[in-house]
Amino acid sequence: MMTNSILRRRRNELVAGVLVLIILAVLPLPIRDVYTQNLIILTILYAGLSQAWNILGGYCGQISLGHGLYFGIGAYVSTMLFVSAGIPPTIGMFAAGIVGAVAALLVGWPCFRLSGHYYAIATVVVGEIGYLLFLNWDFVGAATGLYVPFHGENWAALQFRTSKLPFHYVVLAFAALTWIVAWVIEGSRWGYSWRAVRDDVTAARSLAVRVFPSKMAAAAISGFFTAIGGAIYAQYVGYIDPDSVLASSFSVLIALPAVLGGVGTLWGPLVGAIVLIPTSELTRSYMGGAGGIDLMIYGGLIVVIALARPTGLVSLLGIRKQVGGANAAPT
Amino acid sequence: MPPLLEVQNVSKSFGGVAANVDISFDVAAGEILGLIGPNGAGKTSLFNSISGEVSPDRGEIRLEGRRISGTGPLVCARAGIARTFQVVRSFDSMTVRENVMVGAFSRTNRAREAMAEAERVLDVAGLSARADHAAYSLTPPEKRRLEIARALATRPRILLLDEMLTGLTPTEAQSGVQLIRDVRDQGVTVIMVEHVMEILLPLIDRAVVLNLGRVLTQGLPKDLVRDPAVIRAYLGDKYAG
Repeated sequence: MMTNSILRRRRNELVAGVLVLIILAVLPLPIRDVYTQNLIILTILYAGLSQAWNILGGYCGQISLGHGLYFGIGAYVSTMLFVSAGIPPTIGMFAAGIVGAVAALLVGWPCFRLSGHYYAIATVVVGEIGYLLFLNWDFVGAATGLYVPFHGENWAALQFRTSKLPFHYVVLAFAALTWIVAWVIEGSRWGYSWRAVRDDVTAARSLAVRVFPSKMAAAAISGFFTAIGGAIYAQYVGYIDPDSVLASSFSVLIALPAVLGGVGTLWGPLVGAIVLIPTSELTRSYMGGAGGIDLMIYGGLIVVIALARPTGLVSLLGIRKQVGGANAAPT
Repeated sequence: MPPLLEVQNVSKSFGGVAANVDISFDVAAGEILGLIGPNGAGKTSLFNSISGEVSPDRGEIRLEGRRISGTGPLVCARAGIARTFQVVRSFDSMTVRENVMVGAFSRTNRAREAMAEAERVLDVAGLSARADHAAYSLTPPEKRRLEIARALATRPRILLLDEMLTGLTPTEAQSGVQLIRDVRDQGVTVIMVEHVMEILLPLIDRAVVLNLGRVLTQGLPKDLVRDPAVIRAYLGDKYAG
């Protein structure tokens, strides 16, 4: 029946999501090579981060290039809570998420009055301000940064030295959570409102869509999960400073997988991350980062995709992109 | 009982340009009102005031006695004003059905209810067969229908149609006319801006003629076409006589 075309599509996506989750869950089991394990963990982490970005940048169409700020805030909040109050990061990461959401709302309040490129530029500036603040803020270690103290192998603090496997499941849970949130939003009133805001603000308004609150809600959810990703990352690397979690390159790194894979699609962030993260890591290790050849390959890839397939890799793979109907049989 | 919509002494200027000057007219429930006049007469500006896009500088617009002018598009849409746009504004990343659901979500939070409502209005608009196609893939007349379907999904009292029949072939325009009649028969009052007189005049119950931002005259279509003032506004002094 026609009415259920959307419901059917959503059910299929959920089934695909569960299958991918199972594949990613068994993927690391035969792998003994630490380098490869690390690569997979980073890829999945970035898939989750980029999905969090996608909630605001993709579904709501507000291209933020300042998400590094929420990432960094997440890393700092959970680490500070751990270092100075002894609160384990499994709890601290939710505090980090809340602070990240509040930060996203504070940034959104003035910046959502700007549209299009002006909004994107404003977020770059805000991200840079955040970086400079943390660089000079002694309370959080300023330029020296913070070491995450090792409390022995334990899940509460997400600290594992003997094996990378537990961390694989931590980032997988994170990425799965962001995916599910995006899936739920896609089928809800919010998702429809946000996409309407992205496609045509004037038309959206004429249909009683509340434009500013829509953007703020998207920003809060996006900031929340980006900060949680930052908190997880801090536990993974064990040391943070402004350059390693707040640099503007993070803002780009978070946005790129979604842009490359397909903005505003469920699978874009994961597909983009699978292409981008190994490419960037491999070129860096084989080229030694000399002369920035890795970055040139990285940038070149993005230019090629932007020119050849502006809707992202997902449309190339034949996975139904959210721009519907193309696969629907003509009647 | 007050008329459904009252436009009372509405004036609106953009910089030094007076788009609307002291415009007053009423719209009765269930009628199809034509808003006509040459280019630059202020028709679209008036639409923007009624739909809440802009606030009039002076005067008031009331829906069932309640002031809606100056309240913004959100309140106007909730109160029951829906519109289409002169230049089509479809949500191009979404399917036809999803486009219409955006409108339906203005009355419900439940996706299933929005889907059922979309199904209903797509049927009214004759777009059921295209429901799962991408909005950008529609033909121009289909896109106009999509805008109407989307507007109807908000369950409006009044539908504002901005040049919905302009640029269509005669056959397409005729099916558009039929759609507008169907919409009215469903209890929605229609106000339409249109240039194509030979299609418009048989369709509308009454017309308000604007010229240079003012109400030139209003009345029944058959009287207006003989009115020298209307002929002068459209064709110049030479033809009025």
